[in-house]
Amino acid sequence: MDVRITPAQPMPIQEIDVRTDTRDILAHSRKHSEKAGYADWLIVDIDAHHTETVSWGEVVKFIDDPVLRDQADTYHRDRVGAPPYGLNGDLGLRYQDVGGRIPHQSGIRETVDDTSVHRDVTLSRRAMDSFQLDYMVLFPTPMLFLGMHPQPYMEVVLCNAYNRWLTEEILPGDPKLKAMVVIPFNTPEEACKTVERFGKCPGVIGFTVTSTRYKPVHSNEYMRLYRMIEETGKPLGFHAGYHWQDPSLATCNSFLGMHSLGFVWANMVHMTNWVLNGIPERFPGLKTVWIESGIAWVPFLMQRLDEQYLMRQSEAPLLKRMPSEYMNTNCFYTSQPLEKGNMKAVECTFDMIKAETQLLFATDWPHFDFDSPRVIYDMPFLDEMQKRRILGLNAAELFGLEVKPHQRG
Amino acid sequence: MQTVRVGRVNEFEDPGRKVVAVGETEIGVFCLDGEFYAWVNDCPHQGGPVCQGRFFTKVLEVLGADQSSHGRTYEEGTLHIVCPWHGFEYDVRTGKHPGAPDIALTPVTVQVQDGEVHILVD
Repeated sequence: MDVRITPAQPMPIQEIDVRTDTRDILAHSRKHSEKAGYADWLIVDIDAHHTETVSWGEVVKFIDDPVLRDQADTYHRDRVGAPPYGLNGDLGLRYQDVGGRIPHQSGIRETVDDTSVHRDVTLSRRAMDSFQLDYMVLFPTPMLFLGMHPQPYMEVVLCNAYNRWLTEEILPGDPKLKAMVVIPFNTPEEACKTVERFGKCPGVIGFTVTSTRYKPVHSNEYMRLYRMIEETGKPLGFHAGYHWQDPSLATCNSFLGMHSLGFVWANMVHMTNWVLNGIPERFPGLKTVWIESGIAWVPFLMQRLDEQYLMRQSEAPLLKRMPSEYMNTNCFYTSQPLEKGNMKAVECTFDMIKAETQLLFATDWPHFDFDSPRVIYDMPFLDEMQKRRILGLNAAELFGLEVKPHQRG
Repeated sequence: MQTVRVGRVNEFEDPGRKVVAVGETEIGVFCLDGEFYAWVNDCPHQGGPVCQGRFFTKVLEVLGADQSSHGRTYEEGTLHIVCPWHGFEYDVRTGKHPGAPDIALTPVTVQVQDGEVHILVD
């Protein structure tokens, strides 16, 4: 019997590199959502990124201080190979792409012909299209180090320049793009001004503290800020970051180790102070979102704080409930990078944090440990409504986002 | 089961690959040291396009006789295909993750006859 031989179709892209279109890189995500049937669900990505330093020459033109604005402009015009003006950070220690193994983390150099909107809008649209997102909350990337800036004034200057650029040049480009504006937390009175100035801008749905910093979140100087944010009705996010120079991470000799701990550590410390100092009791209407630390740390901290609290209640007299009860009512969590090596542990974690109401899906695209929506969709212990809530409905409730009737499930 | 022609042996670089679509299934056919291997283009981690990733030689840590560390080197001859989504690495020959052999690519049967490379697909 003759064997019928058919020719194979070569894929148009044989090797994905830094110039590959986002839609091609993420084609499998789109295909999965269409095949599995969740493409028309409400999907909200609470934590995606753009690399603001690619556009830093534009951002610095939004600096309010005329002297610094001129200096920054000159710096970017005249200096060759210089890092972004005024930014502190990790310079060459950016090993996220694992030596070039993950090209989209190395760089996004794909062609963008559309000049009607900013390039970042086009790139974000391509990611939204691929993940089938209804909304994407954009965060900066190198600016996540700003809390460690040796000049607190520069944190103020650069946060506000970025917020202006974001609200004037990026968000107007697509109503699906949202932001939690970055507040200069090391200078509380300026943080209040930032909330006043940008809190009502179209597309601004919350406020962000970049978590890597040494200011205690329970300091009395933040009470006015928390009251102001509470009154806006918009959440306050703590966006994690790493900081290799932190003494607690000084012995880590790999990015793998440092990043695994660092991206959780700052939020663990802030959460501990946040709860034990009774901030949720003082500002019961203030919702917080704990961003990009994954969620495996939460059950650990819940158990640890509950255990110690019962023995030392006199050190946390503002609390009327167990620490863990604040952590799964007033606090919300973004899902990425979702630790899923042990499904029993994942299920227990979802139960402890009350994922059905408190968990918000996030991709963290385009970073090396991004999650696609199937990470939630494929969870074996969730029913359809739980998946819909985590992928989008929880975020819609928290941030007041529009939900189409067919997306309510 | 259908037999699908991927190309002639001499059309492959060594090491090299051709990533093809057969219906809705994407398959990476790899050539390494004159041998052919084929894997479904679907990373077991999150479904990334693993066969469209970059090649990297396996990395080793160099230890002294006293177990002290002396940096890293490559294990020449062991080639990995690395998923471009998240960096999961797989041995091109075995399809297994070097750090977790239970995590492995789905194999596809390859046949080489008369200078032609065929794969057998459901």
